[in-house]
Amino acid sequence: MTWFLDHVQDVLDLAVQHVYLAGLPLVIGLLLALPLGWLARRYPGLYTPFTAGFGLLYTIPSLALFILLPGILGTRILDRSNVLVAMTVYTVALLVRTVADALGAVPDDVKQAATAMGFTRFRRFFAVELPLAVPVIAAGMRVAAVSNVSIVSVAAVIGIPQLGLLFTDGFARSFYDPIVVGLAACFVLALAFDLVILAVARLLTPWQRAGGAS
Amino acid sequence: MIVFDGVTKRYPGGTVAVDNLSLVAPNGKITVLVGPSGCGKTTSLRMVNRMIRPTSGTITLDGRDTARMKESDLRRGMGYVIQHAGLFPHRTVLENIGTVPRLLGWDRRRTDARAHELMEQVGLDEVFASRYPSQLSGGQQQRVGVARALAADPPVLLMDEPFSAVDPVVREQLQDEFLRLQDELGKTILFVTHDIDEAIKLGDQIAVLRVGGVLAQLADPAYLLNHPVDDFVADFVGRDRGYRALSFQPTPRLPLRPERTLLIGETTQGVAQDWALVVDDANHPLGWVEPRRVTGEIRSEMLHRGGTVARASGPLRGALDAALSSPSRRGVIVDDSGSLVGTVQAHEVLNAIEEAARPEVADPTNPGAPAR
Repeated sequence: MTWFLDHVQDVLDLAVQHVYLAGLPLVIGLLLALPLGWLARRYPGLYTPFTAGFGLLYTIPSLALFILLPGILGTRILDRSNVLVAMTVYTVALLVRTVADALGAVPDDVKQAATAMGFTRFRRFFAVELPLAVPVIAAGMRVAAVSNVSIVSVAAVIGIPQLGLLFTDGFARSFYDPIVVGLAACFVLALAFDLVILAVARLLTPWQRAGGAS
Repeated sequence: MIVFDGVTKRYPGGTVAVDNLSLVAPNGKITVLVGPSGCGKTTSLRMVNRMIRPTSGTITLDGRDTARMKESDLRRGMGYVIQHAGLFPHRTVLENIGTVPRLLGWDRRRTDARAHELMEQVGLDEVFASRYPSQLSGGQQQRVGVARALAADPPVLLMDEPFSAVDPVVREQLQDEFLRLQDELGKTILFVTHDIDEAIKLGDQIAVLRVGGVLAQLADPAYLLNHPVDDFVADFVGRDRGYRALSFQPTPRLPLRPERTLLIGETTQGVAQDWALVVDDANHPLGWVEPRRVTGEIRSEMLHRGGTVARASGPLRGALDAALSSPSRRGVIVDDSGSLVGTVQAHEVLNAIEEAARPEVADPTNPGAPAR
């Protein structure tokens, strides 16, 4: 506890880095997964290759990805963008299927009605399908957020500062206080991400809280 | 006017959903497409707004080939109502109704004003404006569906089994209101149903389709009931078609009998008949009593209410049913304000039916051919 009180500022700095490295890819990943998931729905032949193919990316060990990416992207090994790209890959891996399934769950008669009303395909997506897909997409986002918070810590091994540094530091010194603080901080961060996503989803779906027929 | 000219829809694999359909849906009239499942009625409807593209043939709208119109423009110019209403669950009733006006670029204020106007027109209370579809009953949702279709005041309405998913009582109510609305609005309506009773009730003309998408007969309801073109149509139209056809025959002048009437609270002393009719202060019939079985004053709960009441200006079916359903065997006939004008017996109605002309057959060699 004394260790934590002595290092509050350091832990906070690392936490901010952690939020940045886990959070930004979550947003970029969603923006990439939306068109990919839409394509998987629009062209049924793409569904299986897309969901299975992108899903496979998740099986690449994070450490391997952190080390391989500089070679592929031409970045330096300590560049934070390697971590951002890697985390984006994991987010996309999780969200393509989610988005495709969320769009697939939009009732057919609602889509038909929208088309019959004269929505263009593009407008229908943003005005009808996407809003109705929010609850399912939000559920997928919550999984991806927790996964990102957890995986980012591995980047400590290659020296990118975030909460994971507390683990490598504690391990190197056989000193458990930073490890415990790091675990608690990761837990709090994951919870915070979860709550933010829930709150945004709630804001976007007032219709979900309307009661049944009276 | 919607004109189908030799329209065929063939799916890859060879299934023919609609086979060489030629049909005119005249302006301001309700044209009902009816038939068993697999007869291509919904496919035909969806080809009008090009949700489904015909394999061959043309569909014109007031002389314009729909294939040459921009799809979104074509659709915004046609109201569309489907079975479960297909409302947008994430939009309020008001927003749902305002969908097409917004697509057409109306501003918010004008759209909302129009949506409120429509809610009133279809009989939806103002309190529903800010509710979501999940908070509405099936019948209310369907009203919103109709209001949404009418929002931009399109000349054409496409309706695909709009009243099938609600219970019979609500369905009848919706049908009646729909007819009242159509009297006011005079839209060109193409209406799909599998229910021949609904078709007969709502249609100005009825197109009966058989499985495989072939038009079996196109006729107005009375003609269809009297002269089905073949066994398929006859079966489809149903067994009691002779009786139902009376719905389309106006009642001629019937030999009405004056009726001894009583008021609630009166006693039956001195009334000799087996049955006496009880009316209210405005001479509106309430029900029958058996004077010899009533002691003391007549109370409301003593009334036999089994008899139907027919309007003198209504169809023959009503007059006959009034006679058949009356416990006294005397059918109660009222004027348009609901006041008693007299009673009639079944044989008198039957005499009137005997004397009434049957719908004329245009072509004796082919009685089912459409009258021209």
